[in-house]
Amino acid sequence: MSLKRKTVDLIKRREKIALGGGEKAIQKQVSLGKMTARERIIAILDKDTFHEYDMFIEHEARDFDMDKKVLHGDGVIIGTGKVFDAPICIYAQDFTVAGGSLGLMHARKITKIMDHAMKMRVPLIGINDSGGARVQEGVNSLAGYGEIFYRNTLASGVIPQLSVILGPCAGGAVYSPALTDFVFVVDKISKMFITGPEVIKTVLGEEISMEELGGAKTHSEITGNAHFYADSEKECFEQIKELINYIPWNNNQKAIAIKPKEPKKSFKIDEIVPSDPKQPYDVKNVIRAVTDNSDFFEIHEKWAKNIVIGFGRLKGETVGFVANQPFVLAGVLDVDSSDKSARFIRYCDAFNIPIVTFVDLPGYLPGVDQEHAGVIRHGAKVLYAYSEATVPKISVILRKAYGGGYIAMNSRHLRADFVFAWPGAEIAVMGPEGAANIIFRKEIADADNPDEMRKKKIKEYKHKFANPYVAASKGYVDSVIEPKETRQFIVHSIEVSINKSSSMPKKKHGIPPF
Amino acid sequence: MSEEKKRFKSLNIEGSKYYTYLTNKFENREKWEKPNEKTIKSYIPGKIVKIDVKEGQKVKNGDTLFILEAMKMKNKIVAPFNGTILKVHVKKNENVPKNKLIVEFK
Repeated sequence: MSLKRKTVDLIKRREKIALGGGEKAIQKQVSLGKMTARERIIAILDKDTFHEYDMFIEHEARDFDMDKKVLHGDGVIIGTGKVFDAPICIYAQDFTVAGGSLGLMHARKITKIMDHAMKMRVPLIGINDSGGARVQEGVNSLAGYGEIFYRNTLASGVIPQLSVILGPCAGGAVYSPALTDFVFVVDKISKMFITGPEVIKTVLGEEISMEELGGAKTHSEITGNAHFYADSEKECFEQIKELINYIPWNNNQKAIAIKPKEPKKSFKIDEIVPSDPKQPYDVKNVIRAVTDNSDFFEIHEKWAKNIVIGFGRLKGETVGFVANQPFVLAGVLDVDSSDKSARFIRYCDAFNIPIVTFVDLPGYLPGVDQEHAGVIRHGAKVLYAYSEATVPKISVILRKAYGGGYIAMNSRHLRADFVFAWPGAEIAVMGPEGAANIIFRKEIADADNPDEMRKKKIKEYKHKFANPYVAASKGYVDSVIEPKETRQFIVHSIEVSINKSSSMPKKKHGIPPF
Repeated sequence: MSEEKKRFKSLNIEGSKYYTYLTNKFENREKWEKPNEKTIKSYIPGKIVKIDVKEGQKVKNGDTLFILEAMKMKNKIVAPFNGTILKVHVKKNENVPKNKLIVEFK
């Protein structure tokens, strides 16, 4: 055979394999409203940048007549490409081939591309669409999962890892996404759970639909397992690209800066926050009032809404924002909001992204359910994450900063580099009502009119202590600033922190309150 | 703003009432109740496969009350103290959810 004919033969082989599980299986995939594995990769990557490897892999299962079966690519596609010119390693499970089930060679393809991502220090995107372990391959498929989880763990904090759930991802398979940095889900398509509705029904007698148990809404609103929710695969891919644009390729680099822009004039920073500390407002407007082009890329938008986290840019550079949200539960810290913010702070720290914190919280959420759910341990994660972070850390106290909440939200005492406060800030051990009731208990009780006396004492306390100047007089607040100076102060403080040197005591690793 | 204001609810933190949205999780949270020591509830959903006691029966600490099959295990539920059975609230082979009242002591 001439090379030309051999080349024609190669093209034919490739075409056959590219069809995955064949026309019929593809039609079924499409009828479920899903794209094929190959279409998904191509939709995420820059045009014509996808290069595939291990196309000719064959599975090694010999039992249960598996040796007679051909599984194209063994049900997974791996390769490299680019997203906005950033090099990317990617894999996509192909549900049309044996339900995307994971056998030994399938797993070896995934671990090959993971090893590649680690060696080249580039982001890894994994697209999950699989019925789970290939039962016929027995312990080999379990070994395959284990090898993936181990690599996820080693790669954590070294390269960004993104998991995209575009089909079922059940049983042990869910642990790979859970170990990665960001999980993307799509309405009606994503399904994640450890044990499915069938098992729950037979074992526990509880009836629940797959969607309610582990659908996209459940994981983005109730469990917090998913960071990004989209109505369609197309929208999901846009989110992935936007995220890649904000983060660095690995932990030795900084995110690539883009052309700076001023915030939009429609966000009037001095008109957003009501002066009465009991009145709510949307803190996202404060973030948008300072970021370039007023862009804010929110993470965990639908879960633990009493804290807001996400990326924005300041003079072109990526910054991570953490902000209490007075709109929801008055912006308190609780179990979920602590988990949400602590992990994000650690992400930013691992990937050299400065953290800006907007503080306005009355404290921790009271309640038996919170205490019994371990709010002490969860709340401690926030303190741990801020204390440990060595990236530039800037706080702006917008309004309330009371008690333990004040300490937790990147205070000077946890080594914030710069702490600014607006003139309306109230930094105190607790709100004026609570404090007055304790300090002036006797005066109030002994008064002819206790209610009047209480009001008088609250006013007195407010006047004396509910302001930023007591903390500023002790150097805990570096500057009391006008709201309109906020962007300028934050930008400058990040600029002067460019050579920040801060190190932790030498240790194998800390023991955070997981 | 005033229309929007009506949608906010108040949340009391250390004596101060803040106006804010509440989350579903917060609004639907279960109120904690002091456990009644005289009642035995299912600690896990499952099936009552055997009932060993009748109303009015005297039992000793450690006597088997009933068997709750859950998670493929036949869990023996025993009397936590000496006492008399006031009422049995389930029938044999009944599927029970978590925290269902099963046996009540006098």
